Amino acid sequence: MSANQLALWYLVASVLFVLALKGLSSPVAARRGNLFGMIGMAIAVLVTLAITKKVAFILVAAAIGGMIGAFVARRVQMTQMPQLVAAMHSLVGMAAVLIAIAVVNNPGAFGEHDPLPRGNRLELFIGSFVGAITFSGSVIAFGKLAGLGKMFRLFSSAPVVYKGQHLLNLILAIVMIGFGLAFFLAEGKAWMPFSVMLAIAFLLGVLIIIPIGGADMPVVISMLNSYSGWAAAGIGFSLNNSMLIIAGSLVGSSGAILSYIMCKAMNRSFISVIMGGFGAAEGAAAAGSGDKTVRSGSAEDAAFLLANAESVVIVPGYGLAVARAQHAVKEMAQKLIAKGVNVRYAIHPVAGRMPGHMNVLLAEAEVPYDQVFEMEDINGELGTTDVALVLGANDVVNPLAHEKGSAIYGMPIIEAHKARTVLVNKRSMAAGYAGLDNPLFYMDKTMMVFGDAKKVVEDMVKALE
Amino acid sequence: MTGTIDPTVINLVVFVLAVFVGYHVIWNVTPALHTPLMSVTNAISSVIIVGAILAAGPYETDFGAILGAVAVGLAAVNVFGGFLVTQRMLEMFRKKAPKAEKEKA
Repeated sequence: MSANQLALWYLVASVLFVLALKGLSSPVAARRGNLFGMIGMAIAVLVTLAITKKVAFILVAAAIGGMIGAFVARRVQMTQMPQLVAAMHSLVGMAAVLIAIAVVNNPGAFGEHDPLPRGNRLELFIGSFVGAITFSGSVIAFGKLAGLGKMFRLFSSAPVVYKGQHLLNLILAIVMIGFGLAFFLAEGKAWMPFSVMLAIAFLLGVLIIIPIGGADMPVVISMLNSYSGWAAAGIGFSLNNSMLIIAGSLVGSSGAILSYIMCKAMNRSFISVIMGGFGAAEGAAAAGSGDKTVRSGSAEDAAFLLANAESVVIVPGYGLAVARAQHAVKEMAQKLIAKGVNVRYAIHPVAGRMPGHMNVLLAEAEVPYDQVFEMEDINGELGTTDVALVLGANDVVNPLAHEKGSAIYGMPIIEAHKARTVLVNKRSMAAGYAGLDNPLFYMDKTMMVFGDAKKVVEDMVKALE
Repeated sequence: MTGTIDPTVINLVVFVLAVFVGYHVIWNVTPALHTPLMSVTNAISSVIIVGAILAAGPYETDFGAILGAVAVGLAAVNVFGGFLVTQRMLEMFRKKAPKAEKEKA
């Protein structure tokens, strides 16, 4: 196959990748889009295999990886998606680093001049340090998301902060770039500056993720998603491979947009998330609520209110998924719909642990997606809703977000407080991630139903019969 | 204006245009599908496997070729894992038409 033919096949694959992403504009088109993505990948791999010598050797490696991937994809629980995605980012990062090392070792194998031309070395340096940061950063993010903090302190979901942290990171970044430039300017293979640069990049990946707390994880995985794309694009530059550049840029911009959406949903600036330390020591914030009274009721009382409502909006939070109550909620909603109640779900962008996570968790419980609404689409209707049922959510329905001077002022919320009656299920009165008290709980029209979400919802289902 | 265009410049052209395409395509993705978006972008960025195949490819199985093979393995985890888990999620967003009708009856 000529280089031109190869490039044209790569173009076909690139177009298919764009179509795969374009399909995600609706659930129906998305399945076809995913198929386009698979075909694109198959084309890319097959035409590349056609120009290599050791097909069997490569296929063995691919088969081992492929089997692991297929096994995990089949087995993973939807609540574990954030960890899985973090783990996958780390693999892309590591693959980028390994390829970069192989390029330095033998540029000839990639159709490059030996030693590597200077321009390609700059790109290789960028691709490999982004890859290394993606790898080690994603490993830490994986540990935090999988709750491995007890095993290893760096995996703790609480931010790891110390004095001079940002200065240290800055110095390391400058030193890393210095060695990268030394690699760029050096003659020959220049292993020394290259490997020192990589080692610092691996360390930096760890150091920049440890100060970021559990609450900011949706931003972190989106950001690492973006990095993994830029790493792939960087490798594409150094190999002069347009398809890798295109695929990498698509992924890079996707991750960047998701990071932006997540930051906006939490009303946090990207810089403050990166600086980390959020949610570290704010336990005292909820103090002073002793004189306020809370009206609490049983699951049966709640079921009575729900059954007599005309319209109900369910606001699920991550607490719902932790309690594995999604199926019970869906059953309850069906019972209500059968009684003629208009039931809808309101999803805050950061309701789960990653962008769109809550939608997947509800879809898994077979909640029809046309009952599920995004925050902006349903907020206008909460004023005319009879009952807002808040399940395992806290900060995303906190009306303090509308009050100047509060820590979460300006954060977009689901306006559950506008509904005629508000039912809130929580395990206890503990504060949410932001460490803030929630005035919603003390409103006259609010009834708290304490207890485990699954147990409470199951009791409601029983009471509805 | 003389001479040929440096490949790096062509790469840059491709890069900038691809970022533009990405920007416009991604803003059209419905927020409900952001998790499948992340898993499918994971699979797509694993097209880096192409670089890994080239690294593993040369005749003599040296240190670089072994690293390439390892990279093929790592990227293959993502290629299969990414597309399959995306497909699994998207199946969940399928309308359960027959079942819904049963409930109405």
